Amino acid sequence: MLKAGGLGLDRRQLLSGIIGSLLFYRAFPSDAAAHATTLVEVAPGVFVHRGEHAPGYTPANRGDISNCGFVVGGECVAVIDTGGTAAFGKELHQAIRGVTPLPVRYVVNTHMHPDHVLGNAAFRGDGTHFVGHHKLAAALTARAERYIAANKTAAGDEAFAGTEIVLPDMAVETTTSLDLGGRRLELVARRTAHTDNDLTVRDEATGTLFVGDLIFSGHVPALDGSIRGWISLLEELSATPAERIVPGHGPASMPWPAAATPMLQYLQAIATDVRDAIAKGRSMSETMRTAAEGERANWELFDEFHPRNVSAAFAELEWE
Amino acid sequence: MFPAKKIDHGPTMSYLPRVMRRAGGAIVGLASLAIAALTPMPALAQAADEDMWPGIRKDLYAARDIAEEDGAVVLEAPVRADDAALVPITLRVPASVAETAKSLALVIEKNPMPVAATFTFGPAAGSGERVIETRVRVDMYSNIRAVLETSDGKLHMATKYVKAAGGCSAPALKDQEQALAELGKMKLRMREGQQSPLMQEAQVMIRHPNYSGMQMNQLTGLYIPAKYIQSMEVRRGKDVVFEMEGGISLSENPNLRFTYGSGLDNEISVVAKDTSGATYTIRQSPKGS
Ligand SMILES: [Zn+2]
Repeated sequence: MLKAGGLGLDRRQLLSGIIGSLLFYRAFPSDAAAHATTLVEVAPGVFVHRGEHAPGYTPANRGDISNCGFVVGGECVAVIDTGGTAAFGKELHQAIRGVTPLPVRYVVNTHMHPDHVLGNAAFRGDGTHFVGHHKLAAALTARAERYIAANKTAAGDEAFAGTEIVLPDMAVETTTSLDLGGRRLELVARRTAHTDNDLTVRDEATGTLFVGDLIFSGHVPALDGSIRGWISLLEELSATPAERIVPGHGPASMPWPAAATPMLQYLQAIATDVRDAIAKGRSMSETMRTAAEGERANWELFDEFHPRNVSAAFAELEWE
Repeated sequence: MFPAKKIDHGPTMSYLPRVMRRAGGAIVGLASLAIAALTPMPALAQAADEDMWPGIRKDLYAARDIAEEDGAVVLEAPVRADDAALVPITLRVPASVAETAKSLALVIEKNPMPVAATFTFGPAAGSGERVIETRVRVDMYSNIRAVLETSDGKLHMATKYVKAAGGCSAPALKDQEQALAELGKMKLRMREGQQSPLMQEAQVMIRHPNYSGMQMNQLTGLYIPAKYIQSMEVRRGKDVVFEMEGGISLSENPNLRFTYGSGLDNEISVVAKDTSGATYTIRQSPKGS
């Protein structure tokens, strides 16, 4: 979590100079206990909090290791992903309160991963609907115990207090639109790519597309779905214009389709090398040490996630 | 739209390891496994520090001597597994020992069903280096052991410590729908012998979730009963290469790459059976024969 409690509007111009394309930057004090959730307004009424890049939960990061955001409409707010713990979700909720008094009517989860959904509990009540891909509930249910147990251990009891699985009560079969009061979000359930329950959210007013973990930047991607599906979906999405995208890990906002280029390069490097290894009769373990090594310099956390991506790709592609 | 479901995070799976480990480290029958898997039990402190080997060893080998790291069997495993549900393992029996190799057990000490697989070699296993590669689930930081029995009745063991956790309860199948649609599909790849013309190499793959009994049914929130590949018989022509007894520690989509001795008829046939009684078969000849 960025320590931004001392940042105020005085530093806005300075910061926007550093951040460049971002419209402006604000720090909203949240709870009195010194945590402040930093938000970037990437487009009018579209706010993003950037999580840190980390291999997993720690007591210090409190599961704040992925991006989340919200869109403010005329009547209500939609939150897109909630961070990795109830404690962080609560801070996000308070940060929203610093921007608008409108109620949070929707919490949309882009996919099942704990760092994106485990803050949901902080938004329960007040008629808030939880929205996800039609496969989200099943995927999350299957992993619920493990997600809770492993991340509780990693984050520690204090940071993890109050964290629970909150499943969607609205399932998106193909597409759905949410009306925030004069502002519509278009939700699209995608085919298996990063996971089997990826959902994208487009803010029609600003052309901002929340892609969840379909795009990583800086942080090496993590494959938990289908490498073939992910490559083909990114190719398809690249042909769809957007003013900007909000990635699941990386900057608060990125230009589109440029943001897809390094991702596609990485995934294609794995696919090419793994297919070659399979054709040459190399083993999975040997391939894990060699495939797409040329991508190492382009990504953070390479050793933490890359070999696993290769083994997942290997197990998928050897059935071709 | 569907109603929100309440998830109870209280119980952990740690009861299962206990029940099954107490059953002795040998392959536990399906019935007891399924019952264990479906019976909710209170969380127990995980026995992470407990040394499971003396008990397993006693059940499997009684008081017999085991020669450790004498080179008769070599085990390759990653120090830290990148995916606990898909840990690549290689077992090697050097050519100098091959012809006396009788059976080879792969034991993942702290898994609920510690014996991942036992291979009993037949006459077609060959006289060159014997290599078996597979992928296993590792449930918590554990020693993995390969125990070779030679025809003189001696036991030889190689051990590696592997850091991995959660492999047995990780959901099988990243893309559940597609994988279940293809259940039972098999693939056999044949390769020219890598070491000498005397040895051939093949890889058999089966689309099968190899349910461990510790995974959650995504729709009902109940544990999926164990259902796994229990046996596999591999023959070259009419001769047995090996017979495998398998357990829940083999990864989903069981995958075995193995060597075998060249013969007049190098057609490989595989018959696999799962615990539900389903049989899966495939046969194939090397290219150009
Ligand atoms: Zn993710």
